Amino acid sequence: MTQKKTLILAIETSCDETSAAIVADGHIILSNIVASQIKSHMRFGGVVPEIASRHHVEQITQCIEEAMSQAKVTYQDLAAVAVTEGPGLVGALLVGVNAAKAIAFAHQLPLIPVNHMAGHIYANRFEAPLEFPLMALVVSGGHTELVYMEKDGVFEIVGETRDDAAGEAYDKVGRVLGLTYPGGKQIDQMAHIGQDTFHFPRAMIKENNYDFSFSGLKSAFINTVHNAEQKQIALNKEDLAASFQASVIEVLVTKTIRACQEYQVKTLVLAGGVAANAGLRATLKEQMACQLADIKLMIPPLALCGDNAAMIGAAAYISYQKEEWAGYDLNAIPSLEIDEK
Amino acid sequence: MKILAIDTSNQVMTIALLEDQTILGELTTNIKGNHSTRLMPGIDQLMKEVGMVPNQLEKIVVAKGPGSYTGLRIGVVIAKTLAWTLDIPLVGISSLKSLAGNVRHFEGVIVPIFDARRDNIYTGAYQYKGKQLAVVIPDQHIAAEKMSEQLEKINQPILFVGMDAEQFDPIFKKHLSVAYDFAAPEENMPSACVLGRLGLAEAPSDTHEFLPSYLKLAEAEENWQKAHPELKGGNFIEKI
Repeated sequence: MTQKKTLILAIETSCDETSAAIVADGHIILSNIVASQIKSHMRFGGVVPEIASRHHVEQITQCIEEAMSQAKVTYQDLAAVAVTEGPGLVGALLVGVNAAKAIAFAHQLPLIPVNHMAGHIYANRFEAPLEFPLMALVVSGGHTELVYMEKDGVFEIVGETRDDAAGEAYDKVGRVLGLTYPGGKQIDQMAHIGQDTFHFPRAMIKENNYDFSFSGLKSAFINTVHNAEQKQIALNKEDLAASFQASVIEVLVTKTIRACQEYQVKTLVLAGGVAANAGLRATLKEQMACQLADIKLMIPPLALCGDNAAMIGAAAYISYQKEEWAGYDLNAIPSLEIDEK
Repeated sequence: MKILAIDTSNQVMTIALLEDQTILGELTTNIKGNHSTRLMPGIDQLMKEVGMVPNQLEKIVVAKGPGSYTGLRIGVVIAKTLAWTLDIPLVGISSLKSLAGNVRHFEGVIVPIFDARRDNIYTGAYQYKGKQLAVVIPDQHIAAEKMSEQLEKINQPILFVGMDAEQFDPIFKKHLSVAYDFAAPEENMPSACVLGRLGLAEAPSDTHEFLPSYLKLAEAEENWQKAHPELKGGNFIEKI
């Protein structure tokens, strides 16, 4: 006899993607609809919160309908409705949170709040079961943190950025290089062509903690470019990109490996939007293979690195098993931390 | 027909349940509360009080704006999602028209007002033609002074409605020679009963396409459209 699968409808609207997904048993994607607003925000060189909120209202019910019809499920098939409660843009989060509440209320389904960063970590659950204890390097436009997990659903931040997130530094450097927003992917491609000739600082790399700092690197980069402009010297943009990326990756990888050693984890998980960076993926694979070959490295598929609701459904399944429901007074929490309870 | 009416477009949160013309109940507060944490529990509570379950609902009426962007979106998203997920009609009514509907038996022009800051207002002008509230001046975001000029031209007695209205009295005094007055406090408070009643006869909207009537572009969008008039109305959303 086959057991009935637990189907969760998941909704994610924390930034500039409206997404809805149906996930079975926390690890099988039946549908994962993502409506990206990136072309809209490209007009402004960054995400404009009020405009993001407006786009979410335009897209929300259509995305959910598409997720349901693509997965061929009805409300009777659903076990729960899950939604990102934070962190993210408050106005954007509110659209998903209120849509989720309305569906949960209309069909009397449990409502599960999910931390967006936990979602990024659980994007890896679609590849294979997570083996604990685990270290997660979570890198995105708003976050850079090392998260230790002793078991499912339990998070401890062991290190985080003290200023800019890595993804934020990529965006700013992209702007200085005259790239169209968002610059991360282009910097990654240019870095592949160039050489690390500028030797930018590796902030906090030797310090005896797991925190990061990227604002010094950003300033060093900007100063280098401006000084050259004043002296009318043309700098090689590929080399600039390669030098910037080399600094970011070396710091991230070095501190992550040290954290894995100290915490004696079984698994290292890469997560967040910057997990799509080819340079970071390659260096992490190479260094882990040569320094910590017995620790399993998990890297999410490219399609699940960016914001999506499937990862929210995967993280929600852990809460579902513990029956951690929210009431209809659920709110959006823009600066929610992953270790908050 | 069982109707749920919702208005969270300003500080007042108002929820009503109606069975055709009969009002079953209304929940209205005027406090600095958080609509996001209070609207769904409010709907849940009111429905329990009147002994109704969600799938008995047959129509949703929502105040579509103008108003505070965030408040408006909370009401519209709940209304839109409920209507879609229960597969029932969704009707949007102007938040200003709903406020004007608080006033009965006034023959002149009814002018609802929400403060839009910096001497600007969200406003329109309405008048009863028989039992129907007809639009005399469409809803807009405008300087209070300019609205006064438009009202002066209509040359009819005016009744201003809304909790923010009286603060603009100095401007009206200066620009209006026609007779005007301010509505009573209970008429200044948005009511979902009135909203529901106004929504009874209205044709439903396309639920997926339904959006708040902000009456104002986001500032960045406004500037961008000024710089790129040829690209206005383009589609910037793509499925990935």
